Amino acid sequence: MSSGLATVSYIGATILFILSLGGLSHPESSRRGNLYGMIGMTVAVLATVFGPQVTAGGYAWIIGAMVVGASIGLYAARTVKMTQMPELVALMHSLVGLAAALVGFANYIDPAASSHLSGAEKVIHEVEIYVGILIGAVTFSGSIIAFGKLSGKIGGSPLLLPGRHWMNLAGLLVIIYFGREFIHAETISAGMMPLIIMTVISLLFGIHMVMAIGGADMPVVVSMLNSYSGWAAAATGFMLSNDLLIVTGALVGSSGAILSYIMCKAMNRHFVSVIAGGFGTGSGAPAKPSGEGAQPAGEVVSVNAAETAELLRDSKNVIIVPGYGMAVAQAQHTVYEITKLLREKGVNVRFGIHPVAGRMPGHMNVLLAEAKVPYDIVLEMDELNEDFPDTDVAMVIGANDIVNPAAQDDPASPIAGMPVLEVWKAKNSIVMKRSMASGYAGVDNPLFYKENNRMLFGDAKKMLDEVLVVLKT
Amino acid sequence: MPQIIGVPKETAVGEKRVATVPEVVEKLIKLGFKVMVQSGAGDAANCSDDTYRAAGAEIAATAAQLWSGSDILFKVGVPTAEEVGLLREGGTLIGFIWPAQNPELMQQLAAKKATVLAIDSLPRTLSRAQKMDALTSQAGVAGYRAVIEAANAFGRFFNGQITAAGKVPPAKVFIAGAGVAGLAAIGTAAGLGAIVRANDTRAEVADQVVSLGGEFVKVDYEEEGSGGGGYAKVMSEGFQKAQREMYAKQAKEVDIIITTALIPGKPAPRLITAEMVQSMKPGSVIVDMAAERGGNCELTEAGKTVVKHGVTIVGYTDLNSRLAKQSSTLYATNLFRLTEELCKTKDGVINVNMEDDAIRGLTVVKEGGITWPPPALKPAAAPPAAAAKPAVAPPKSHGHGGGGAPASGKATAITFLIAAILFWFVGAYAPPAFLGHFTVFVLACFVGYMVVWNVTPALHTPLMSVTNAISSIIAIGALVQVAPPLESVAGRPGGWILGLAVFSIVLTTINMFGGFAVTRRMLEMFRK
Repeated sequence: MSSGLATVSYIGATILFILSLGGLSHPESSRRGNLYGMIGMTVAVLATVFGPQVTAGGYAWIIGAMVVGASIGLYAARTVKMTQMPELVALMHSLVGLAAALVGFANYIDPAASSHLSGAEKVIHEVEIYVGILIGAVTFSGSIIAFGKLSGKIGGSPLLLPGRHWMNLAGLLVIIYFGREFIHAETISAGMMPLIIMTVISLLFGIHMVMAIGGADMPVVVSMLNSYSGWAAAATGFMLSNDLLIVTGALVGSSGAILSYIMCKAMNRHFVSVIAGGFGTGSGAPAKPSGEGAQPAGEVVSVNAAETAELLRDSKNVIIVPGYGMAVAQAQHTVYEITKLLREKGVNVRFGIHPVAGRMPGHMNVLLAEAKVPYDIVLEMDELNEDFPDTDVAMVIGANDIVNPAAQDDPASPIAGMPVLEVWKAKNSIVMKRSMASGYAGVDNPLFYKENNRMLFGDAKKMLDEVLVVLKT
Repeated sequence: MPQIIGVPKETAVGEKRVATVPEVVEKLIKLGFKVMVQSGAGDAANCSDDTYRAAGAEIAATAAQLWSGSDILFKVGVPTAEEVGLLREGGTLIGFIWPAQNPELMQQLAAKKATVLAIDSLPRTLSRAQKMDALTSQAGVAGYRAVIEAANAFGRFFNGQITAAGKVPPAKVFIAGAGVAGLAAIGTAAGLGAIVRANDTRAEVADQVVSLGGEFVKVDYEEEGSGGGGYAKVMSEGFQKAQREMYAKQAKEVDIIITTALIPGKPAPRLITAEMVQSMKPGSVIVDMAAERGGNCELTEAGKTVVKHGVTIVGYTDLNSRLAKQSSTLYATNLFRLTEELCKTKDGVINVNMEDDAIRGLTVVKEGGITWPPPALKPAAAPPAAAAKPAVAPPKSHGHGGGGAPASGKATAITFLIAAILFWFVGAYAPPAFLGHFTVFVLACFVGYMVVWNVTPALHTPLMSVTNAISSIIAIGALVQVAPPLESVAGRPGGWILGLAVFSIVLTTINMFGGFAVTRRMLEMFRK
């Protein structure tokens, strides 16, 4: 295959990738979008392998490596549980990051790659290598930590080292200093030292960054790492002068960036403060009790499963608000059974999804889709927030901060101004929770004390199973 | 010690309702109370003593036994002097009292040191009081029954039909007053297939009329007719004249008129004059739901059905008793909800908490002291639209697809300035080869930005996994390093490069295949 044909194939692959992302604008077209992505990838890989840059001697290696990789990947994709999606995505980001760093190293030690360059071009090429490895390493270690946190192997609470901002700043200065050293290095072996030091600092930086971020900020982190993996690919593209890599990296990078932005917006938090870690940065103290009068008045009224079933049966409009608790309890199938039963009885059941419910953008949608909940009754916060006054029962399953009225009523609250689902405007609300413990933000939830609110304490799956049994009788 | 709730047999003539039904007895017992029912109390409402007994209630043989043995009395009708005499000293009575119309009764109750909750005095504007609103529940039943009575007296179908024996036009029904009873009547009549028109002095109910399948007929005169507390008020002379003209016109056109107009503390307004009745088609029907309070129609005779000028005028005052089971069930539920409010501890002992707005309004006599009328309700619930807003009004996000709110002019200017400086810097120093790639990069960022804003939030997880799969395009970087065509450079650590490249290929292919496969699996699940 000539170099012209390879370039044309790359353009085709680029278009297919753009179409692939475009297809995700609607569930109907999304399956085709995914197909476009696969075709694009196949075209890109084949064009490269049979293109002018790969000689026949490498085929065996390539095929061998791909067979190994493909079987691992397919196996993982087949066996992963939907509740584990965030972990899987985080783990995959780490692979991209690692690959980017390794490709950078391989490129640097290859004298053939830069022998034809000199002057400004050589400097730029080396900066590209340096930055590419930097981003790759941060993505890799950050994703590994994110994976650990999401799978519960590492505690979810933010690790706040003293003077952590100064440590980050110092790390950055060291990286810049060694970057200078690296560019001025005469030989490859002389440049190796600064490169490795930088890589180690980057790895530590990635670990530190994600360790400082708490569990509920994970949607931002996961999407941010998604973005990084894209930028890593783009940097590799610059390094190799490969436009396909640049375009694809930029697509992925901006996609992740937008997701991070949406997630931050949904939490009414500034991107920088999420990345800087911890909740209530600045003072460094986690949510302190806000001014007087903020203490919720009233009493908590608890109900049992039978009464909940009764309430659901007697209503016309029901909105279910799922949260991370539903994912933890694996209750989505029971939720759907209940939904089905109620809908058969003519109850209008819908789902209200907060953008940051769960640990990953769109986490709840995927879980509900897995349980076969039709997507047209799963609505976004903005789509149904105005319907709560006409709703008979709003059922909150394992969510807390995203339904906290304090975000609107109490300007002193740490979550003030965060958009929330207005479940308290429904005629009745039922909150399913293990205990009265406060949510991630450490803020007490006045909803629990509202007169029309009922608490159903216990494991979400177990309680919902009981509700289902009562509903069936 | 749980308190005993007593349910006597209603004594008023023609009253068929009963203050609680067996299904509710069970719930009351769950709240911790004991329930005693007078023998035969529910017979007229199809609730036999046996069903009460099965629900866990005790049956008292006589009224005297019941009244003396109960701590709390549930009643429907206004209690007679005789009944008050039976009431235990310091006992509690819940039911219709109408304190404004029955001052003597109030004195008697006070003398008994009783605590009395008048269900008719409920502050109806409190939204949480709706579940206890017996006036609403009873009016709804009456409105339904009014249509049934009209249908019974009317000689034709309600719905239009085309039969082999000819075409039948649908009945035209006019409903005066779109309160609870009026709205129930509209819904029922529309459900039977009639053409329904309705009018009310409160223009804001027009939407509700339409929502139930009726057509709102406006009076050709501008005046605000809402009198507070959800009732209508007396209107001006000019309005009344315009209204009369409208009624006269409707009377000529329609087959059935159902009137429900009431003004609190005043006799019912005269809406339908004798001439209007005369102008109606023979066989037409008027159901006057305000008969008890003097009637909306001049020719109504309370409690009777009369035929005048060929028009049947139904003046029943016991529409609720004509649907006794339904009325009783709803009323019993209202009282149960009230009891729940009174007994939040669920220990079978009520606590008349005068701090609670709803309970304060209901309580007309408290331990012998007359507490009626209650102080005016704080404006808490009255204008909810105005009160709810000012707290914190975060700017409403544009949701997805809009790219967020447009930034301020200053911020935009700064952004552009920084971008310009950066671009100038790049343009001045970077070699042309880099610029080509840079162009592609910047444009690709914008394409990505535009495309991704269109992604529906529901698909954010698949988006992440598919972008993740796509980012394994980095495999190309590794592929070109495996066996590049220029092997001849001296000192090339070929083994190292090959190792790194092959390992990278393994990593990225895991991602590639895994990412696409898992996305596919996820998207398969999104079904309508």
